[in-house]
Amino acid sequence: MRLLLEIALTHVRGRARQTIVSVAGVTLGVGFAIAMAALMQGSQDEFVTTLIDAMPHVQITDETRTPRTQPAERAYAAVEIHGLRPRDDPRGILNPVEALAGLRSWVPGAISAGLNVSGVARYGGTDRGVSILGIEPEDELRVSKIAQDMTSGKFSDLVGGGFAAVIGDSLAERLGAGLNDSIRISASTGVARNFKIVGLFHTGVVATDETMVYVRLKSAQVLAARQNAVNDIRIRLGDPDAASAVAARAEELLALKSVSWQEANESILEAFAVRNIIMYTVVAAILVVAGFGIFNIVSIITHEKARDIAILKSIGFRDRDMRLVFMAEGALMGGLGGALGAGLGAALTAYMGTIEFEFREATEVTHLPVTWNWIHYAIAVGLALATAALAGYLPARRAAQGNPVDIIRGAT
Amino acid sequence: MSVPLVEARGVTRILPLTVPVRLVEDVDLAVGPGELVAITGPSGSGKSSLLYLLGILDAPTSGEILLNGEKTHAMTSDQRAALRLRGIGFVFQFHFLLPEFSVIDNVAIPMRRLGALSGREIEARSADILTRLGLADHMRKRPEQLSGGQRQRVAVARALANDPPLILADEPTGSLDSAASEQVFEILSDIAGQDGKSVIAVTHDTDMAERMDRRVHLIDGRIVSDERRRPERPTGRAPGPGAAGIPLE
Ligand SMILES: Nc1ncnc2c1ncn2[C@@H]1O[C@H](COP(=O)(O)OP(=O)(O)OP(=O)(O)O)[C@@H](O)[C@H]1O
Ligand SMILES: [Mg+2]
Repeated sequence: MRLLLEIALTHVRGRARQTIVSVAGVTLGVGFAIAMAALMQGSQDEFVTTLIDAMPHVQITDETRTPRTQPAERAYAAVEIHGLRPRDDPRGILNPVEALAGLRSWVPGAISAGLNVSGVARYGGTDRGVSILGIEPEDELRVSKIAQDMTSGKFSDLVGGGFAAVIGDSLAERLGAGLNDSIRISASTGVARNFKIVGLFHTGVVATDETMVYVRLKSAQVLAARQNAVNDIRIRLGDPDAASAVAARAEELLALKSVSWQEANESILEAFAVRNIIMYTVVAAILVVAGFGIFNIVSIITHEKARDIAILKSIGFRDRDMRLVFMAEGALMGGLGGALGAGLGAALTAYMGTIEFEFREATEVTHLPVTWNWIHYAIAVGLALATAALAGYLPARRAAQGNPVDIIRGAT
Repeated sequence: MSVPLVEARGVTRILPLTVPVRLVEDVDLAVGPGELVAITGPSGSGKSSLLYLLGILDAPTSGEILLNGEKTHAMTSDQRAALRLRGIGFVFQFHFLLPEFSVIDNVAIPMRRLGALSGREIEARSADILTRLGLADHMRKRPEQLSGGQRQRVAVARALANDPPLILADEPTGSLDSAASEQVFEILSDIAGQDGKSVIAVTHDTDMAERMDRRVHLIDGRIVSDERRRPERPTGRAPGPGAAGIPLE
């Protein structure tokens, strides 16, 4: 109702200075909350994007999460055995052809089957322990970003025929080998072959660059002396968020440990969740403090205007009308503070987005990661409005309840 | 007398303090349409308290207040508020205007709250009432720019805004000099009788009380005398010459 709003405005105008202070409180609270949320969400998003890009969305290995039921358990109902670790099955994924065909029929994404073998690479008298991954290059390229990390040669050159390898640049450096050199790789099974280096990569992950050797699946199977063996299936999905569901279904169908990227990074994602809780708690605390400012000034106004309240009530204003007047005052301050705060937040976010800092050796210029999300604005402004309305409501209720006669008696 | 406009039946009001204070005791009073009633009595005798009870600003501890024959006891606070808005105009001892609003806006407030007229009509009616009360030149001023007598007339104008049948005035001339008092008294006396409007005014001024239709005298919260100076008027008298001939559109 316009009249009530007009009355509220006159009250607020009469306390302009305190009003500005409490509006400023809300503005700062909302503004910094939004900027903080943008920065936190931004760094989280950037991290998760890198993560999703860098690793398979689902990885199926030849492990099981629970050990097999032991013969003693099968024989006697009373027997229960705890603390067993599931045993690695040296045979890898049993019946990989069927397993892969099954997966391909329903998984919405690319699948790469691989065989992990450990071994030693030797070149010119230098030995390095390596982790050999046998894959089909065209499948692997659909699942990983290795093509982007190639520094020389082409990943698809693995297909060239013969025993070929793509290795990390650090490994090559350690071995003293270069492109087109031939290194000897011996697997833990004792099988050894000469591999021609057809490509080098640099992922930036030290462990990978120092130990990883890509070969064709067939070559790895030769090294492992196991035909058709596969012990590592990696899946890249069109929608990374579907990873958990896909992993669960694969695990159910194949009875093999299937790990989604979320599960693999559970602790990090949990840390992010905790960080978000802390952030929103701090935001809420800031806004509650701002709410105290509003509570304070609305209380002052109700005391100051006690006589006006009595007059209006004697004229025929209802308690509810008076409550609305003071809640409007709170909401006015909260709304103004919220609107200005949203502006401040947007400005701070925009400014932070332009801050550049150089990351190691001036190779890349990085921006502070910020995310623009209207939800941050909705939450911060919504919280501000809610606290402001409550901060207005509490004194408003008391002021409206009072008997006008008490005040009039006191005045005459 | 037909149905009284306002009636108190055995009304007692006790303030429930640690030592209970008896404001009004066992009051019976009925005021009909068109009456101009003076309530007199020594300071502290409960005149204001009785007026608040009659205006349902306060509720009796025991007894009943009836407006137009309707009991007000069981009404909700919202119903009372609605009744006050339409049916009762209050003038307090001190003017009690909203300081931030101009004179004309103060007069407009009850009409705007009622919401029966358009903004333009409200403005016109406010201006009309103020003009009749001789305040045509002061409508845009703030209350603080007026003299005491002028403010009191603004308060009367505000009380008249929704054209209520009952005007209650608590020592409306108490803080005024004799000339200003006379002016306000003339206005109130003119209002009484207009369309059956009743005016109940608390006053210290015996001379003024003598000139009113009826005088109710209180001592220690009790009515000790209730004298009619003039015979009861069935319909009301002719509108006075100046101030408050305010027709209801
Ligand atoms: N809040 C209160 N606490 C205690 N006593 C009160 C209170 N309000 C009024 N009284 C007492 O109640 C009695 C009636 O007060 P009321 O204001 O009705 O008198 P009054 O006739 O209007 O007096 P005055 O002519 O001075 O305005 C007085 O004795 C007064 O002292
Ligand atoms: Mg009094």
